[in-house]
Amino acid sequence: MSLSASGVLTTEYLKEIGKYPSEERMKQGPVAVCECVEKIPCNPCESSCPFHAITIGENISELPCVTWGKCTGCGSCIPACSGLAVFVLNKSYSDEVGSVAFPYEYNYTFQVGDVVGAADRSGKRVCDGVIKRIVNTKKADRTTVVTLEVPIAFVDEVRSIYRERRS
Amino acid sequence: MSAAIEAASAGVKVLVIDANEKAGGQLFKQIHKFFGSSMHRAGVRGIDIGRELLEKCEELGVEIWLDSLAIGIYDNLRVAVDRKTGFNEHKMILVEPKKIVIATGASENAVRFPGWTLPGVMGAGAAQTMINFHRVLPGKKVLTIGSGNVGLIVSYQLMQAGAEIEGIVEALPKINGYAVHASKLTREGIPIYTGYTVLEAHGKERVSEAVIAKVNPDWSTIPGTEKTIEVDTIAIAAGLKPLTGLAHMAGCQLTFDRFLGGWAPIHNEHMETTVPGIYIAGDSTGVEEANTAIEEGKLAGTAIAASLGYLDEKEADALQEAAWERLKGLREGAHGAERTQAKEHQLHAYAEYMERRGEVG
Repeated sequence: MSLSASGVLTTEYLKEIGKYPSEERMKQGPVAVCECVEKIPCNPCESSCPFHAITIGENISELPCVTWGKCTGCGSCIPACSGLAVFVLNKSYSDEVGSVAFPYEYNYTFQVGDVVGAADRSGKRVCDGVIKRIVNTKKADRTTVVTLEVPIAFVDEVRSIYRERRS
Repeated sequence: MSAAIEAASAGVKVLVIDANEKAGGQLFKQIHKFFGSSMHRAGVRGIDIGRELLEKCEELGVEIWLDSLAIGIYDNLRVAVDRKTGFNEHKMILVEPKKIVIATGASENAVRFPGWTLPGVMGAGAAQTMINFHRVLPGKKVLTIGSGNVGLIVSYQLMQAGAEIEGIVEALPKINGYAVHASKLTREGIPIYTGYTVLEAHGKERVSEAVIAKVNPDWSTIPGTEKTIEVDTIAIAAGLKPLTGLAHMAGCQLTFDRFLGGWAPIHNEHMETTVPGIYIAGDSTGVEEANTAIEEGKLAGTAIAASLGYLDEKEADALQEAAWERLKGLREGAHGAERTQAKEHQLHAYAEYMERRGEVG
């Protein structure tokens, strides 16, 4: 199913349109990916980047373009994105595990070190993960940034914490 | 608010009349960060923009009558106001301003189906007001009808408030709102039923289940595809239409445009309607979003200040030009082309109407 029918983006599609960092880049260190593939008049990600690694340009409806070489994976862009569509991926520190940092705006009780279910873009539980960091800054304005460590094969897929459905 | 601020900062004496207990319209229930240009408050939450506007109004000495209803506009710009004067007291007051800005916003469209009058079936905007303004959760298991931005955002906020979204139903074969809003929900496992419609709702005291079914391209439903979903709330997000009552009553000419939500007053580039002295801004002249409403308010406010002699023309022109430039930017992108065209149509319709009237008069 297409994105417009399902609401679920795929890694393949992001790669196809050149919006996904290469394996090589992800092995070098953390890097941001803007999962923003639809023209929206919006550009806070661009100005949030202290390294000028995200470009949108004068027409604020253009898609963000991350210069992988400039990006340090600091994650300033994660809470800056009003669409909650920026993630920081890291496959650089181990051959077994990697991490995904994502925005989170729900109440939570988990703590650093907890093992939680990890969900892909469709909400499916694909593996377990360990909470590595929980960051709440004033600048992030009530958008929590959670870093989840998962088996390295799932870094491209995991985008949230698995949500147990009550029904 | 934005028109009031622009006019008041030029020195115009401004009175704001609002039917609600707080001025600022929908901003106070919009707890999400806004899209837009980072030069103009993008990334700031709607509630904080509302707070900022209110503070600015206070600072400028704008008078605000809350819980007060402008019930009609009569000849020579006279406005009848049912003003709240005490805890349980209202008084009818005649206000005679030099200029009027109508910024009444929009109202939600209903979807009618058997069971739609059951308690628990409500507009998505109502659900949003309950959770974000009154802090009351309307239910725990919600079905949302409509996948436009309102449906998606309200569903997300209902989840933030602690409800479970049992599904989002969209009759079109595709999601109507922004993909990023949809993705926030899908990664939490929320099913979005594109190509489905709601058939009926069941329940005794309140809604307890909803029946949905697949639709054909001609909108008929496909027998055998029915699905029953246990819910206690149905939130209907089937679009908005401009609230044109006051403008219509005052004699403002309207045009119909489906991309702006239906009938809406036409206006010139200063947001002045076909009734001289009556201006319009925001959703009441075509359903868009908060950022465009704020810019239209600025247009109206500066135009009024200029026409009353509080702003020199050059200054006003520069402010207007800048606002139009920002509006142009806001109306670009995936969902902007139709709106841009529709807004241009309003300007043309205004010019045509005034020309015709000139010929007759």
